[in-house]
Amino acid sequence: MDAQTIIARRVAQELHTGDLVNLGIGIPTLVANYVPPDLKVFFQSENGLIGTGPIPEQGMAHPLLTDAGGRPISALPGACTFDSAMSFGLIRGGHVDVTVLGGLQVDAHGHLANWMIPGKMVPGMGGAMDLVSGAKRVIVAMQHAAKGKSKIVAKCTLPLTSARSVNLVVTDMAVIAFPDGKATLLETAPGVSIGEVMAVTEAELVIPDAVQEMKI
Amino acid sequence: MRAVSVEEAVAMIPAGASIMVGGFMGVGAPERLLDEVVRQQKSGLSLICNDAAVPGKGVGKLFDAVLVSHLTASHIGLNPKAQQQMLANQISVDLIPQGTLVERIRAGGCGLGGVLTPTGVGTSVAEGKRQIEVDGKPFLLETALRAQFALVHAFLADYLGNLAYTLTARNFNPIVAMAADTVIVTAEHIVPVGVIAPDHVMTPAPLVDYLIMNG
Repeated sequence: MDAQTIIARRVAQELHTGDLVNLGIGIPTLVANYVPPDLKVFFQSENGLIGTGPIPEQGMAHPLLTDAGGRPISALPGACTFDSAMSFGLIRGGHVDVTVLGGLQVDAHGHLANWMIPGKMVPGMGGAMDLVSGAKRVIVAMQHAAKGKSKIVAKCTLPLTSARSVNLVVTDMAVIAFPDGKATLLETAPGVSIGEVMAVTEAELVIPDAVQEMKI
Repeated sequence: MRAVSVEEAVAMIPAGASIMVGGFMGVGAPERLLDEVVRQQKSGLSLICNDAAVPGKGVGKLFDAVLVSHLTASHIGLNPKAQQQMLANQISVDLIPQGTLVERIRAGGCGLGGVLTPTGVGTSVAEGKRQIEVDGKPFLLETALRAQFALVHAFLADYLGNLAYTLTARNFNPIVAMAADTVIVTAEHIVPVGVIAPDHVMTPAPLVDYLIMNG
């Protein structure tokens, strides 16, 4: 199983029937592929839709029904559309149960940096800051390390997305939560030891007595 | 509301004007108005829009033609031309969280001085802004945004100027239609009064100044 699949499958287990869920671009988008069909989750696209469905079949795309990246999507029965003020009212107002976002860095206290690399990549924050400020649960789905460098850092060196701490980080190696503001190892990926996780984690990790293996 | 040609409508916009444009990644953008802005070479524009779209689509055309001098948006990462113009200091750019951007425009259209939002507290977005505590929670004071012109695209417009939008093409359109001195609208279909039921009107006719004639 590749890294992205491990992450997406594990994050999908965090969703529950009735949840309003917003998935970010990249690995988070893949999460929708691993939600069991009997789980009735509402997916929001922040450009103004609840009830996003899969990519339409050939010839069925509508130019005015797209995801937040402008790509054609479909709408499921029961879907609804709205303007951007409503969309961000839902996000900031605590009506979104779970948001899953990509990350560049998460620090030992759960602070997320995911919107810019000064001097290199300045795309704009889009909806990321509102999502982290307002969603009930924030889950970061990202690779544990990039080019051999830990993305779970002692302190974010990149600009923060929010002062609020995220709830959960799911990587290809581990699941980490932040009880009492301290990065705590909850699970390891199959075949990955606690020592291996610690070796590629820059942040100090609390290791509880019972660390589970991810059930994916 | 007055029905006008697209040439006549765009001729009213002076170079250097401030314009708000509907659309999200170009979806729901008033393409005919933007094509005409390019044809008439209205330069030095101060543009307020969710994003910079992509080259060749929506407000992306304004960057292709290098007509923007100032941009207020939440995301420009999918338009390399806008990025290049920003990095070359050809345009100045205010990047604003999307929810804050839409609320600032909404405030501008609703007679509010601004809004208090938790978004951006403790980040670089908070620099230079007033932080206000309400019931012990910190908020940023984000001031209202308005423009001289709003360029709006609707799905349906009736002969009076009542508007309805469709699917994800609604986005910023009804919001910017509230927040500009002059509102210019294109519609996919212009229909008799009554075709849009009262409950389905999303932008009331009195907000629309000019409707671009179809056909």
